[in-house]
Amino acid sequence: MEHQNINLKLKVWRQKNSTDKGGFETYDVKNISQEMSFLEMFDVLNEELIAEDKDPIAFDHDCREGICGMCSMYINGRPHGPWEANTTCQLHMRAFSEGETIVVEPWRANAFPIIKDLMVDRTAFDRIIQAGGYISVNTGNAVDANALPIEKAKADASFAAAACIGCGACVAACKNSSAMLFLSAKAAHLNLLPQGQPERKTRVMNMVAQMDKEGFGACTNTGACEAVCPKEISITNIARLNLDYTCAGLVSDK
Amino acid sequence: MIDAKIPAGSLDSKWTKYKSTCKLVNPANKRSLEIIVVGTGLAGASAAAALGELGYKVKTFCFQDSPRRAHSIAAQGGINAAKNYQNDGDSTYRLFYDTIKGGDYRAREGNVHRLAEVSANIIDQCVAQGVPFAREYGGLLSNRSFGGTQVQRTFYAAGQTGQQLLIGAYQAQERQIALGNVVQYSRHEMLDVVMIDGKARGIIARNLVTGELERHFGHAVLLCTGGYGNVFYLSTNAMGSNVTAAWKAHKKGALFANPCFTQIHPTCIPVSGDHQSKLTLMSESLRNDGRIWVPKQQGDTRKSIDIPEEERDYYLERRYPAFGNLVPRDVASRAAKERCDAGYGVGTSKQAVYLDFAAAIQRYGKIEAGKRGIEADAETITQMGKDVVKEKYGNLFDMYEKITGENPYEVPMRIYPAVHYTMGGLWVDYELMTTIPGLYCLGEANFSDHGANRLGASALMQGLADGYFVIPYTIGNYLADEIRTKAIPTDHAAFAEAESKVRDRIHMLMNIKGSKTVESLHKRLGKIMWEKCGMARNAEGLKQAIKEIQQLKNEFWSDVKIPGEINEMNPELDKANRVADFIELGELMCIDALNREESCGGHFREEHQTEEGEALRHDDKFMYVSAWEMKGEHEWEMHKEELNYEVVKPSQRSYK
Amino acid sequence: MTFKQMFTSSVGKKLVMGFTGLFLVLFLIVHVGLNACIWANDGGEMFNKGAHFMGANWVPRLLEVGLFAGLILHIIQGLMVEFSNRSKRAIKYDVAFGNRGSKWYSRSMGLLGILILIFLISHLAHFWIPNRSAQGFVGLEGEIDLYTKMKDTFTGDSWQVMVTILVYVVGCIALGFHLAHGVQSACRTFGLSNPKWIAVVSALGYAYAIIVPLMFALMPLSFHFGWID
Repeated sequence: MEHQNINLKLKVWRQKNSTDKGGFETYDVKNISQEMSFLEMFDVLNEELIAEDKDPIAFDHDCREGICGMCSMYINGRPHGPWEANTTCQLHMRAFSEGETIVVEPWRANAFPIIKDLMVDRTAFDRIIQAGGYISVNTGNAVDANALPIEKAKADASFAAAACIGCGACVAACKNSSAMLFLSAKAAHLNLLPQGQPERKTRVMNMVAQMDKEGFGACTNTGACEAVCPKEISITNIARLNLDYTCAGLVSDK
Repeated sequence: MIDAKIPAGSLDSKWTKYKSTCKLVNPANKRSLEIIVVGTGLAGASAAAALGELGYKVKTFCFQDSPRRAHSIAAQGGINAAKNYQNDGDSTYRLFYDTIKGGDYRAREGNVHRLAEVSANIIDQCVAQGVPFAREYGGLLSNRSFGGTQVQRTFYAAGQTGQQLLIGAYQAQERQIALGNVVQYSRHEMLDVVMIDGKARGIIARNLVTGELERHFGHAVLLCTGGYGNVFYLSTNAMGSNVTAAWKAHKKGALFANPCFTQIHPTCIPVSGDHQSKLTLMSESLRNDGRIWVPKQQGDTRKSIDIPEEERDYYLERRYPAFGNLVPRDVASRAAKERCDAGYGVGTSKQAVYLDFAAAIQRYGKIEAGKRGIEADAETITQMGKDVVKEKYGNLFDMYEKITGENPYEVPMRIYPAVHYTMGGLWVDYELMTTIPGLYCLGEANFSDHGANRLGASALMQGLADGYFVIPYTIGNYLADEIRTKAIPTDHAAFAEAESKVRDRIHMLMNIKGSKTVESLHKRLGKIMWEKCGMARNAEGLKQAIKEIQQLKNEFWSDVKIPGEINEMNPELDKANRVADFIELGELMCIDALNREESCGGHFREEHQTEEGEALRHDDKFMYVSAWEMKGEHEWEMHKEELNYEVVKPSQRSYK
Repeated sequence: MTFKQMFTSSVGKKLVMGFTGLFLVLFLIVHVGLNACIWANDGGEMFNKGAHFMGANWVPRLLEVGLFAGLILHIIQGLMVEFSNRSKRAIKYDVAFGNRGSKWYSRSMGLLGILILIFLISHLAHFWIPNRSAQGFVGLEGEIDLYTKMKDTFTGDSWQVMVTILVYVVGCIALGFHLAHGVQSACRTFGLSNPKWIAVVSALGYAYAIIVPLMFALMPLSFHFGWID
């Protein structure tokens, strides 16, 4: 693969902590190999900042292979940058060209308060799971795994929903900061399986209630979430959740 | 000599007997017993969930922003279980035997047999939790073969088995949080074990957001903190994966076993330059269809597709006709290194070999044409073949293209071995307790089940076995004697002392104010380790490495530069804390590698090879676990745990 | 789900929007069908018969109450959802995601709705209010000749007529885009997840969103340009 080294201008959101007001800073990065990943470009910049006695840019990252869901940069107006079905860590500098200015912002949503620079607090997702994103089965109670055949199409659809990596790009992309794609993927993963049926109603009711409590917005089916999802989770899951929620609501005693 | 407390009796009755005779804690007492779980990957999350279900009061700690991000999530291929759903002759014994043999006869029989026994329960448990494993059209679970075993016992969920299993365990843990049995501390890093009267009684953890040090009490402490592959700087581990928790325990007296046993995975995307921050694995499953080759001519600079068939050297097929491209990981890795060292490497760095799918594409294309009963031209056959390959490996091919910019459907992949897993870890007995009473170690962080080389799809199995099915029994055996111990207030002198030591060290690091960044020092450590304690090691190199690491340690402690403040989110400080420990560990790894004068599994000493260049074990001298005790700076004492093979007869592995 | 949650939870609010929205969609079919009678080109005879049936019959008059209730609910709930959603991101992005991930009109339902509301107020002021005032709100007889009223409203070159026509045409275009997203969004909110049926509903939704507003927009234009007598 032909590649070259390029020079770029970076406009990055800097914010010392959650109470700081924050603002953009501009940096020149020089001689960046197009074989680098986007985060490696940040590593290079941070090394330079440290050398200049400046505070390096804090950003979340861990596995750097597109599965842990920790990386979270809003690059040139798009969560995870310009590539389709991709995470920030898998974005490579081939996506950019000489002299370009790249604007990098944190996920913005009231439910994801900024911790520092580009790092945000996504513990709201944990609390949504705690509200019902599980199957209540204690260790050791399980029957033989093949005692319960599951229609392949359903199992595949469940897997497709379970592929969610919980990165929050859906929230970042949504004009309403809604967590519906995340929530519905988590619910659909379990609701599509026979094991998930006993808690299906309470699961959706409680998870939606928690999402609202956390300060996420309501879904208006614009589809922006689906467009940026690194794992290509479909908004079909949102429709599934809506139906489950409506049915649960109609038959509930209260 | 150290005692692993393996129960007496025949191999297949040990665990059953242990379970029915170990001490129990009654439910009322469980409510007042507190357990700390550090690390929330497969082992940690499953342990936290299982212990919470039993009624213990559990606290979990992880440095990530959520337990679901632990690096178990990145496992691609699958999880083994002796279910024999395929009716192909699998059994508990076969899984046990394959694991012992795969580990090159350096693992404990008792532990491995227990692992094989509970493997089937893991699958049942995961399915009950809603883990969406791949299924056949009849609705039953699908299996594939993996890592050169002769049966199909690997359960999988597309290319993200690790993520699905971890989410299962994470959800079970979150459920216990909702029920009030578990309290979760994210973005927290354990920086010391607190010992009171010779027992582990808690930890000092740093809140990574505020920088504050916190004291947490527990009647027992579980370390489930994963492996230490990042000592090599470049590895397939996550950026944050570290040895710190295990190393603090080691410094407090826990023995560290077989540190030099590292697994180098053969199929990773090669390094592209100095900027490289980590390496990416391409699933082992690719070797089922890909053919590995290098040019026959040294320093051949032609493009891969311009090299004619007869000028290609399919060296694995040539050297190992019986297993071909499916030899175990350690063998495949060494063979690739051998070719590259001899000057046959490809790509700009010359540190890569080709993994070629052209033959598979043609083969599948022809099968497809046959299935549809059509006379297809070459182009159509190629297209149909590509479609089949895409179906099987599409996500991996996409990932490869994103990283390298090359289209692997058109040109062969370039691959090179990379550090992937560490078989060594804290020494634990049969109950998973370290040499410190009340301090347990689970999953990759311990050393117990994989010997000198781990088979594919066995890491997930071990993590979940330890967490769901072993620790809930063995910890009771210890805690049954602790029911009279009241929760110790954290203003106890031992907590204060541990905290002040941690604080002093952090201040010391911050006050060095030197000139070298943490990253640059870590890179240098990695280079020393990779070159001298990597895929091939020799006495001279190791001795040199020890010296270089000692120098590096001095340099680190006198010239490291850490920006920022202590009482704020400071990722550079977090990293410095970890790298300081990696440096000490690196030295111990070299010492261990120097001591083990034989080649076995992932540990290859150049002085000890057969005439054909294969690993040569010395069972007469090294049939033991080396468990190291830290005595002082640069000083360790080795304790041996002899390995007794009562059932399996060790033999030279042959894949020819 | 308590009845309160039906109106306060994020999914509940959307359900209300969807139900009232689809109810209004049904109403529009009746409305456009009746109004299409102007094209009978019979001097408004057929149209006025239809208008009389609707205005001088208790059943449609009662349904009208339901219609207004649905309309008001749709407006109030819509504005509340819009304002609540807007408040969920206190600091906006420097670079907007914009049209790369979603259609502009799917993000502008509030704005489109307000444009439609402006049109609606003007529309009610032109026809419904004068008619009902002539009848008396409880009366069934005495309605005005709506065909003539329409003709008068849209014929001529005065600036008032031009502004009215502009408001109508803009209102209809806004309605078209509002429906283009609204119909299929409502169906998703009701839980339609089957891709086959989503395709059908989307196609129907787009067809509806083009045909119905176009017909409405053609009505003032037909009078203005004298396409009908």
